Amino acid sequence: MAAPPLKYKPNPKAPRQALPLLDAQVRARTAEEVALGFTPEQVSVEAQRCLQCAKPTCVEACPLHIDIKRFIARLAENEFQAAHDVISEQSPFPGVCGRVCQHELFCEDACIVGRKWDPVAIGSLERFAADHARLRMQELATSYPKPTGPKVALVGSGPASLIAAYDLIRWNYQVTIFEALHKLGGVLAYGIPNFRLPREILREEIARLQNMGVEFVVDFIAGKTASLAELMEEGYQAIFIGTGAGLPHMMGIPGENLVGVYTANEFLTRINLMEAFKFPDAPTPVRVGKRTIVVGGGNSAMDAARWANRMGSETTILYRRGRVELKARLEEIEHAEEEGIKFEFLAAPVALYGDENGYVKEIECIRMELGEPDESGRRAPVPIESSRHRIAVDTVVAAIGQAPNPTLQKVTPQLITRRGRILIDEHGETSMAHVYAGGDVVRGGSTVILAMKDGRAAAQAIHNALSGTPEVQ
Amino acid sequence: MNRVLAKRELAPLVTLLEVEAPRIQRRWKAGQFIIIRPLETSERIPLTIVDSNAERQSITMVIQAIGKTTKEAVSLEPEALMCDLVGPLGEPATMSKGKNVVCMAGGVGVAELLPVAKAFHQAGNRVTALCGARSENYRILDAELKEAVDELHWATDDGSFGFHGNVVQLLNSLAGPDTFQEGHVIGPIPMMKAAAEATRGWGLKLHASLNPVMIDGTGMCGGCRVTVGHEVKFACVDGPEFDAHLVDFDELTRRNRAYREMEQESLNHKCRVGLDIH
Repeated sequence: MAAPPLKYKPNPKAPRQALPLLDAQVRARTAEEVALGFTPEQVSVEAQRCLQCAKPTCVEACPLHIDIKRFIARLAENEFQAAHDVISEQSPFPGVCGRVCQHELFCEDACIVGRKWDPVAIGSLERFAADHARLRMQELATSYPKPTGPKVALVGSGPASLIAAYDLIRWNYQVTIFEALHKLGGVLAYGIPNFRLPREILREEIARLQNMGVEFVVDFIAGKTASLAELMEEGYQAIFIGTGAGLPHMMGIPGENLVGVYTANEFLTRINLMEAFKFPDAPTPVRVGKRTIVVGGGNSAMDAARWANRMGSETTILYRRGRVELKARLEEIEHAEEEGIKFEFLAAPVALYGDENGYVKEIECIRMELGEPDESGRRAPVPIESSRHRIAVDTVVAAIGQAPNPTLQKVTPQLITRRGRILIDEHGETSMAHVYAGGDVVRGGSTVILAMKDGRAAAQAIHNALSGTPEVQ
Repeated sequence: MNRVLAKRELAPLVTLLEVEAPRIQRRWKAGQFIIIRPLETSERIPLTIVDSNAERQSITMVIQAIGKTTKEAVSLEPEALMCDLVGPLGEPATMSKGKNVVCMAGGVGVAELLPVAKAFHQAGNRVTALCGARSENYRILDAELKEAVDELHWATDDGSFGFHGNVVQLLNSLAGPDTFQEGHVIGPIPMMKAAAEATRGWGLKLHASLNPVMIDGTGMCGGCRVTVGHEVKFACVDGPEFDAHLVDFDELTRRNRAYREMEQESLNHKCRVGLDIH
């Protein structure tokens, strides 16, 4: 089918619109969202930068295959709600993905405009469409009938299960999501800070699934509260395991159990999930002293450092490689720098020392130099023995990665795992029949969007298995 | 949300709550715990499961109301809904059979000891329970314990009932290196540490059930880490029970004190946004 003629002339030469940000001085003291979102004027310019390619490589590159070309055309025509409807065909989470998806690695990396100029700011456009449509979430959901198909259980309420639920319920399955914590969203709730993803956005996009008939059960730990076999006995015909990578790696250095030394998971869970940034108005505290050192170079390290800084601590990120090797998104690194967070590159902790009450007071570091590339392809840090030195510190956060949550695997020996990761076949099925898995519990630490890709693939596999029809509907 | 079925004061500031929890009731084993969040505005805290009732599909917990969250928990009356209750968490208590077993507890730990003592007895061990209380009227679950074990002895700090002294002194007065082959201890850290010291070299395998600071209880945060025999363990998933002779109790004491001032601040705090229930 030929596309209707455009009502405007694309202008890719216009400068890529910069996402307005809250002033760095202001935001370094608040939990308010850092990125403010495009104005309608910016949307108009940015959307018209899209060439509306005949073969849109961005759509192919998007792990969810959102029809980017078409939603951008709607935005360019000021049809904001129609743009949201186009996204909804593939994803009910544009507010979340417009903020946390790594567009620079997927759609924007594939954007043809980017070959000559800056790529179209697809992420910010997605976010605009989401924010514009927020008020009509309720209305969007009410037209769905109650599902009557087979029962499917999704374990964990993170991104992988959420997208699987969206697909399955539209195919008429009765979907239940089981969550271990008391709040929904998985890593989106406990891991990602409010200033990157405001909680009301997450709540509203999850509420959209609830309105569609997805059932959510909190305070349920699969393997503990009930086994997978029990869920099957209760009538669930397929189970998807999306329990994520929540087991923190430890530094393995002396003094790690001193008071004031946190894993990034604990630090972020206290602040994001339990809202310790409001203490004592919220009941859970967190110890953030005058000087904080965050160890690591990924997004969790940036998140923890930016929280510590917001809570009034002079904050330094200690990373054993150099700036170019940082694993965090460039955007997050730049935001951290703007907010006044210091970086100490090519340095690693070797020991922690405490005072007489067991509170951490010093961190001993060692300088590194970069040697030959290691298995990750990056040059491996090599310690310089003579460079040991101590830095005074009150709070230390170890953000050095995490492994899959082991709880379910531990009590389900039928699930075959490798280094804690659940093994799956090409259909996303585990070693147990009708039990599927995806996201970080399969990949180890990965990203929100790849978890969603896995959740979507698993939903399709479950549909194929339960309906007996291999065709895509 | 879980409905409170019954509430009973066992001793001053010590309250028993029976709460509806069908799935946990079916699956729990002695030594396991739950995490509760009594109100929408509460912190998450771990509590040992004390008992269960299949007919009422309920579990029982015993709470000493000394902090903000524990006070919020015991403010719940029958028919009220507890906001969150999740479990059963942790590994069940280690069980053996055909042994002479000593079970020791102090304070509210006496309630937490009950299911373990019962399980040891049912597994075919001869069980001696040594329980401590401040004074006679602080003794809890006396009848239930008596029924569950072969021998029950009380120690009170003021001598108002049973042995005059603490549980470890009572142990030393009754037993020596060869009296027991296995033991379980639960209660305040100084008491568990003293029990470990007293029995070091006795040839007694002593399990201590630890209660460190915890948030999620599923191995995610690592807040509950303890050092056991120079290894870092997560009490929520590797425990809560560990070899008492290998636990670094001094470190546990320091870690459990980490939020003491903040807990006091929280207890005294009158919330600006009107969320406070008191």
